[in-house]
Amino acid sequence: MIDKKIRVLVAKPGLDGHDRGAKVVARALRDSGMEVIYTGLHQTADMIVEAAIQEDVDVVGLSLLSGAHMTLFVDVAKLLKNKGLEDVLVIGGGIIPEEDIPKLKKEGISAVFGPGTPCEQIVDFINKNVKK
Amino acid sequence: MLKQEEDVNIKMDDQEIKKIKNVIKEWQENNYNKLIKNHPERKEKFENLSSNEIKNLYTPDDISDIDYLKDIGFPGQYPFLRGIHATMHRGRLWTMRQFAGFGSAEETNQRYKYLLDHGETGLSVAFDYPTLYGHDTDHPLARGEFGKCGVAISSLKDMEILFDGIPVDKVTTSMTINGPAAVVWGFYIGMAENRGISKKQIGGTIQNDILKEYIAQKSWIFPPEPSMRLIVDTFEYGSKYVPRWNTISISGYHIREAGSTAIQELAFTLGDGVEYVKWAMKRGLKIDEFAPRLSFFFNAHNDFFEEIAKYRAARRIWAKEMKKMGAKKDRSMLMRFHTQTAGCSLTAQQPEINIVRVALQGLAAVLGGTQSLHTNSMDEALALPSEKAVRIALRTQQIIAEESGVTNTVDPLGGSYYIEWLTDKMEEETYRYWDRVEKLGGVISAIEKGFYQREIAHASYKYQKEIDDKKRIFVGVNEYKLDEPVDIPILKMDEKGEERQIKRLKKLRKERNNQNVDKYLEKLRKAAEGDENMMPFIMNCVHSYATLSEICQVLRDVFGEYEEPAIY
Repeated sequence: MIDKKIRVLVAKPGLDGHDRGAKVVARALRDSGMEVIYTGLHQTADMIVEAAIQEDVDVVGLSLLSGAHMTLFVDVAKLLKNKGLEDVLVIGGGIIPEEDIPKLKKEGISAVFGPGTPCEQIVDFINKNVKK
Repeated sequence: MLKQEEDVNIKMDDQEIKKIKNVIKEWQENNYNKLIKNHPERKEKFENLSSNEIKNLYTPDDISDIDYLKDIGFPGQYPFLRGIHATMHRGRLWTMRQFAGFGSAEETNQRYKYLLDHGETGLSVAFDYPTLYGHDTDHPLARGEFGKCGVAISSLKDMEILFDGIPVDKVTTSMTINGPAAVVWGFYIGMAENRGISKKQIGGTIQNDILKEYIAQKSWIFPPEPSMRLIVDTFEYGSKYVPRWNTISISGYHIREAGSTAIQELAFTLGDGVEYVKWAMKRGLKIDEFAPRLSFFFNAHNDFFEEIAKYRAARRIWAKEMKKMGAKKDRSMLMRFHTQTAGCSLTAQQPEINIVRVALQGLAAVLGGTQSLHTNSMDEALALPSEKAVRIALRTQQIIAEESGVTNTVDPLGGSYYIEWLTDKMEEETYRYWDRVEKLGGVISAIEKGFYQREIAHASYKYQKEIDDKKRIFVGVNEYKLDEPVDIPILKMDEKGEERQIKRLKKLRKERNNQNVDKYLEKLRKAAEGDENMMPFIMNCVHSYATLSEICQVLRDVFGEYEEPAIY
């Protein structure tokens, strides 16, 4: 049996325009052999979840540097669950204070990667934790 | 007679260079090569941040084609390489201007007063995302974003609160606003006028640089054509009625933060500058009337000498280009710029060491002849700065200004073989980029084709890979790491701020004269559909207390919104 490639949706929720990190991560995941779909900017939770369904992804990666993560990451995680996508691995990255991370994990964001994270660490995390 | 004397001089120089060349060859063989045989250098190749190879030594031979009077010259004289004033920082220090804004207008007003109390000399407003996109705080797309990475300003009322008790006839204010720049500038003008301060008395800057939004910062509203029209409207209105205002700050900062190299930052920013001048001239504006109010904004990243060479090259290129485009006045040719240290160079790990990075970057900006400076706070890779962190950042500038002695003479690095060689090299590479953009059909066409976006994405990925592969050492991140939790106080915002703001907006919409609001919004719509300058119409809307969303919605209806191709 041929091993199916891991499919990842890299998404930018909300109005934040900082897309450097999302693009670098998207490229690193692609270079590691995953299928990557990048949503582009200014996505609502509805748009992200719809894309996750349409593209049949295994992972949703959210990037936010504006500080709105407690609202927008949680919106996406909740909506994924409501739509029955419990198996999709949700991860996040950006400017996120340490004290917010446990709260995000409780809401279903499995890991949060801050500034200075080597791309390899994200690749490893996905490989180890993806449910397929 | 004079001609002959000049010739003799040149010949002597040539002989001198020949002599130096011979000695260099000898030195290279006898000293350098011998030494590295037994004691090799630490790396096979030394490169700067733009991946230019840097030689072991620079000598007069590397700058032998430079004509001092023509290519370098004197501060305050064309081509302004050494600085825009004859006295530079001996005459007047740069403006210490910390970019600040969070939560509601009330909280940010307190922060401004705090900064001014501690010796800041200019203000700089950071707006939150809804404001940057022309949305009021209670707009559905504003969800979760209120006051998060800047202050929320939805109407003239909020602007009045933001500057309450601040002498706006004396302090200048810079505002980082682009898509809705004309409207937010209108709020500022309106605020001053309501306090009896005329348009002629206020000074400051609006960023108003939409091209770099499409290229890098990504907070646009309208498509390129109407955006450029709005910008030229502000040029025209400003030079007539608000003469002390810089109606644009052509910015490389965000291009660099998005991951570009220093050369890309320089080339793309100055290319954008020339594009604005072309559009303004196409409207029939006279270059010597609007060019003196064009200002620039650059990044100060880690590579110390490369940054200094970048600012110097920028001044010379700009002077040359403005002259080519017909500028006659010195004021139109000299490039004034603000600098901010590189946010993307800060580490969330061991945040205190960012103080040292910022000091070096700030020093580069000062040695490069900046007119205004923001030094980042040590905690900015974690959150918006706390009071203590921003005070230390400001003190860093004060130490450079008062203690380091670098302000004693103008352009102290001018004449350094390395700096002059690098300045020339960066200029040369800028023109090479311009040729590529020209071949793509110009700046806007290159944006639509994703040229800049691809160049920047490529450079930022390369940089990240070099860090991941440890080809580049990033202190605290891939080397010299510390395995202990980060312990630094994080700024807490007033949780009631959003509620207060929404209440204020609702009250405003109920209590103002809504007939007036509708009338002026309709007039603005007509003006936008035609080809009149929109600024006076925007001012009427502002004074009637129409909100940011309402004014921008009229323009959205007429102009539509920009959508970018998602490239990574």
